Amino acid sequence: MSQPLHAPLEISFDYTRSLGPTLGEFVTALAERRILGARASDGRVHAPPFEFDPVTGAPPAELTEVGPAGTVVSWTWTDRPLEGQPLTRPFGWALIRLDGADTAMLHAVDAGSPERMHTGLRVWPRWGGPGRNGNGITDIVCFEPREPAQEFVSEPAPAAEPITMITTPVRLSYDHTVSPGEDSFLRALAQARIVGQRCPACGKVYLPSRGACPVDGVPTRDEVELPDTGIVTTFCVVNVPFAGQKIPAPYVAASVLIDGADIAFQHLVLGCAPDQVRMGMRVRAVWKPRAEWETGTHNIDHFEPSGEPDAPYDSYAHHL
Amino acid sequence: MTDVAVVGFVEAPNERHSPATTNGVEMLVPIFAEAFAATGLTKNDIGFWCSGSSDYLAGRAFSFVSAVDAIGAFPPVMESHVEMDAAWALYEAWLKILTGEAEIALAYGFGKSSAGMLRRMLALQLDPYLVAPLWPDSVAIAALQARLGIESGAWSQHEMARVAVRSRASSTTNSRALVSGDQSVEELLAKPYIADPLRAHDCAPVTDGAAVVILASGDRALDLCERPAWITGFEHRIDSGSLGARDLTAAPSATAAGEAAGASRAQVAELHAPFTHQEIILARALGLRDSLAVSPSGGALCANPMFSAGLARIGWAARAIMSGRADVALGHATSGPALQQNLVCVMEAL
Repeated sequence: MSQPLHAPLEISFDYTRSLGPTLGEFVTALAERRILGARASDGRVHAPPFEFDPVTGAPPAELTEVGPAGTVVSWTWTDRPLEGQPLTRPFGWALIRLDGADTAMLHAVDAGSPERMHTGLRVWPRWGGPGRNGNGITDIVCFEPREPAQEFVSEPAPAAEPITMITTPVRLSYDHTVSPGEDSFLRALAQARIVGQRCPACGKVYLPSRGACPVDGVPTRDEVELPDTGIVTTFCVVNVPFAGQKIPAPYVAASVLIDGADIAFQHLVLGCAPDQVRMGMRVRAVWKPRAEWETGTHNIDHFEPSGEPDAPYDSYAHHL
Repeated sequence: MTDVAVVGFVEAPNERHSPATTNGVEMLVPIFAEAFAATGLTKNDIGFWCSGSSDYLAGRAFSFVSAVDAIGAFPPVMESHVEMDAAWALYEAWLKILTGEAEIALAYGFGKSSAGMLRRMLALQLDPYLVAPLWPDSVAIAALQARLGIESGAWSQHEMARVAVRSRASSTTNSRALVSGDQSVEELLAKPYIADPLRAHDCAPVTDGAAVVILASGDRALDLCERPAWITGFEHRIDSGSLGARDLTAAPSATAAGEAAGASRAQVAELHAPFTHQEIILARALGLRDSLAVSPSGGALCANPMFSAGLARIGWAARAIMSGRADVALGHATSGPALQQNLVCVMEAL
């Protein structure tokens, strides 16, 4: 099988996360260039602090300051940093046990080269400048090695307002691939043809194909050439403006059942007043100029009334 | 208690770049058909379906719902899903049979790991407050774990390479594995680091794939399979999500799951170890005998389809029983970073 159509897909979302009492105090202290830990019931100091004691389940009684210097307990090296990581040049990842803590925290070490990384390395936090704090763990840009003679305590930042929320952006990139059925549907559209696929078991015609017939679980391989006329099965009038809207409201988004297909697909119905659109209305595709055709449903600019008599309800009732 | 057995297992060919969509349908349809052909079952015989997959991996919302098209779910079926390796879907299916709500159940997992950048995407399974915002990738975290063991003397890079050599030699008999071959420890150790102290051979390949396992109760199992793999222990446990607060050179959750499931009696063990040093950790945690055959399929180091590699380990272990090669076999699955969560399924011939 040849490679079906595929295209870059990027999804992103800025998660906002409420912190609660323990992480709120920890993150607020980071904005003041202080790192806090919590003593557990077994006497171990956890840094970052636990929210609930690993043994007793109780929240920490109080948070105590640790570090800011620490010791590398394990490390690795990354030659090609990935999007979102703390540094854009090669750096070390390390588990760092901060002075006064018994657990380690994960962060980046700006060591310049892997030769400088070693277990036992003393590292210090590099704090973000103004405008780069108040959002949690990334307030620490990275850790950096220092010779003992250079060890000094960084300037404290002014007291911060209590921080209760952080924003953690997530952005992921994919190569999105369509199914073989969607592939033939989209390639046909590029020639102003509408192609569905028939289930070999139940005979239903899917437009576009779903990869497998959801009733029978078998691939729908038989292609069926369909006309560009159909029926409005159901519709809504869009009155609400939204970002990226291309057509002035009000307009009609409808489920259009192409003649010969068994499932409807969504498109626009223009060319008449919104209040003229009705269930059972006969419509035909209005194609964009040939020069604008691509492999997408937007090759059909919209559907418009064909002027034929409405389809009787019974003829499309089981497609609703 | 109801006796439940594995009666069927199929895994899809493991691929580096599958042309399939991320919703699994193209990979699942053929293996459902293969599993039904082998058992004589049809979709109408399945009383409960359960899948394991991830929307983050797929890059689309509710990808597991699209996957249901592969079932042909009409009339409506009883169906569930876990956002985990499908070994945990199998656990849910096992419970469904134990509670008497189904006699035959099918668990499946699928993942197209190549659609995005897997090792970066896996940062999203970390603590979303203090760790994930740094985007540490899964290979870096495994490297931190590997070094702790090397520098404490728990294992060596030589031992890690031996795991890779044995896995790749084993998988030469597995036509659906992605990586196989005969190489020497010296050849592998001559290769560069990709994340010091890990080399490419220490890391499972990015793999697209899917797998299906069918469970049946009591007499139904005997009708369907000459030598069913009866489940005599099925347990999962979890360790702290805080990477810096636990001893990464051990897997107490694997030990606890193994002890509860009866791991020590296994003659064959299929371990879901995506990194060479993790196989060493698991073999010790489970108390496996030195002479025991570990991952004769080649294991996850030779094919690691996300969300089905753990299920496939149980399938391969079951196959050792069904084929008569072993009387007691163990399948293991892991989830989360650095072996945080572990599941053990012990199966026997009765």
